[in-house]
Amino acid sequence: MEGFVALYIFMLAAFTGYEIISKVPVILHTPLMSGSNFVHGIVLVGAMVAMGHAETDMQTLVGFIAVLLAAGNAVGGYVVTERMLEMFKSSGGKK
Amino acid sequence: MDFIVDGSYFIAAILFIFGLKRMSSPVTARRGIVWAGVGMVLATIITYFHKDIHHNYVWMSLAILIGGAIAWVTAKRVKMTDMPQMIALYNGMGGGAAAAIAAVILMQEKEISITLQVLAVFGALIGTIALSGSMIAFAKLQGLMWKTYRFPNQQWVNLFVFLVTLIIGFYITFSGTAYGMGILSIFFILALIFGVLMTIPIGGADMPVVISLYNAFTGLAVGFEGYVIGNPAMMIAGIVVGSAGTMLTQLMAKAMNRPITNVLFSNFGDGGDGKIEAATGSMKEIDANDVAVMMAFAEKVIIVPGYGMAVAQAQHKVWEMTKLLQERGVTVKFAIHPVAGRMPGHMNVLLAEAGVPYDIIYDLDEINEEFETTDVTLVIGANDVVNPAARTDTNSPIYGMPILNADASKNTIVIKRGKGTGFTGIENQLFFAEKTNMLYGDGATAVSELITAIKEL
Repeated sequence: MEGFVALYIFMLAAFTGYEIISKVPVILHTPLMSGSNFVHGIVLVGAMVAMGHAETDMQTLVGFIAVLLAAGNAVGGYVVTERMLEMFKSSGGKK
Repeated sequence: MDFIVDGSYFIAAILFIFGLKRMSSPVTARRGIVWAGVGMVLATIITYFHKDIHHNYVWMSLAILIGGAIAWVTAKRVKMTDMPQMIALYNGMGGGAAAAIAAVILMQEKEISITLQVLAVFGALIGTIALSGSMIAFAKLQGLMWKTYRFPNQQWVNLFVFLVTLIIGFYITFSGTAYGMGILSIFFILALIFGVLMTIPIGGADMPVVISLYNAFTGLAVGFEGYVIGNPAMMIAGIVVGSAGTMLTQLMAKAMNRPITNVLFSNFGDGGDGKIEAATGSMKEIDANDVAVMMAFAEKVIIVPGYGMAVAQAQHKVWEMTKLLQERGVTVKFAIHPVAGRMPGHMNVLLAEAGVPYDIIYDLDEINEEFETTDVTLVIGANDVVNPAARTDTNSPIYGMPILNADASKNTIVIKRGKGTGFTGIENQLFFAEKTNMLYGDGATAVSELITAIKEL
């Protein structure tokens, strides 16, 4: 059952992603790609857990790299997206 | 405590989905990213209380600080025109992180179920490909490696490397914990090599599609590793991005009228098997003053910006010129091709940066019929997106790509740095057309000249 619950989660999440993107105007493609790039920065959480129960030095080292990279993904993704969207505000244009 | 941790992940997942949803409309987009950001901070902080984390708190925090600081500084400093490669870079880091998580799990002696093993290995594979592939994409867009590397039988070599990687992956999956560090290292190295091999033959013009694809890859890898590590927030966020990214990739490929398989497995420029029609006639040069007169006394001007405008950072100057023309009662519109620049929407972002309002920026479909009634079309640093060969020449590699009908307007002025061909290396018939005049020069300089000339009128 456990496995099927995961399968349901995967399926519903896939539909959600599809729905979110399908009606997006072209102008937001780049910001949205950037935004979704930020969202998968949640990998940071997994990296922390992996590092937190590392058993050997080698595992700790790989875990450290995982956390480092994931933090880069999350922070970089956020700042880039924020900067991009900032411009949409300054243009003040609403259709 | 477990309940609070799980509850926080649930809230984070909701915030991500709503954040992305809000990001899909220009009006709410800014709040969207803030929502997603709140979700991320919440999830990160609460993870310190996760039951599976026993030690390494200090090192963990240090890694977050270092990784975060480097990314913060680079992301703040980068120029707007360089955004696409930064997305590639951060995306590669995410893929690498997912792969590293898988590595930690696979290194542990603990027996895990076959489903977990399969997903861990599969996530590791696509995460690693996303890592090395994104790095190559970054290097290409950053100009660190311009060349497109190709060698004979490349696709067979790629297939071979991929199959070997896959076989080793199967071995790791089904051998319980019997595999050693050696074979695991080989698996990751091969996956890295495959990511490189897969990306090097792809031309720079296709990079946005590729980056978007790797973005989807990372999403999937994150989703799979999320299942392996038992974290629903990662599963949901990862798969949402995986599916949204796949959709986005398809939309982009569609905008270029090239199926995604074409982007990945065929070499751009190899499309036609016959001879490409040679351009006839000659390019006529024009002086900035003449262009200024033409535009200032026109009724309608359409500006077609391309990557050249982005490189020259000319968007501010272009807007300044536009305002001058508007003061003189000229209707000015911007026509944006879906793949203008290096990413769909990239031009819109740049124009928005300069302060150009939305309502004078038009998509291909909205504006294409208007070219016929336009007095002057000003093409700034764009080439392939206005090449009429895409409509007429079946041998052209860009045949079938929807283009902006700049050639239909009464006059076309092309601002271009030199006489060379565009990114795809195809001659542009438009430049040789009767109604076309060339204004040579760097985008920013040429537009500055135009501004001065218009002011003097």
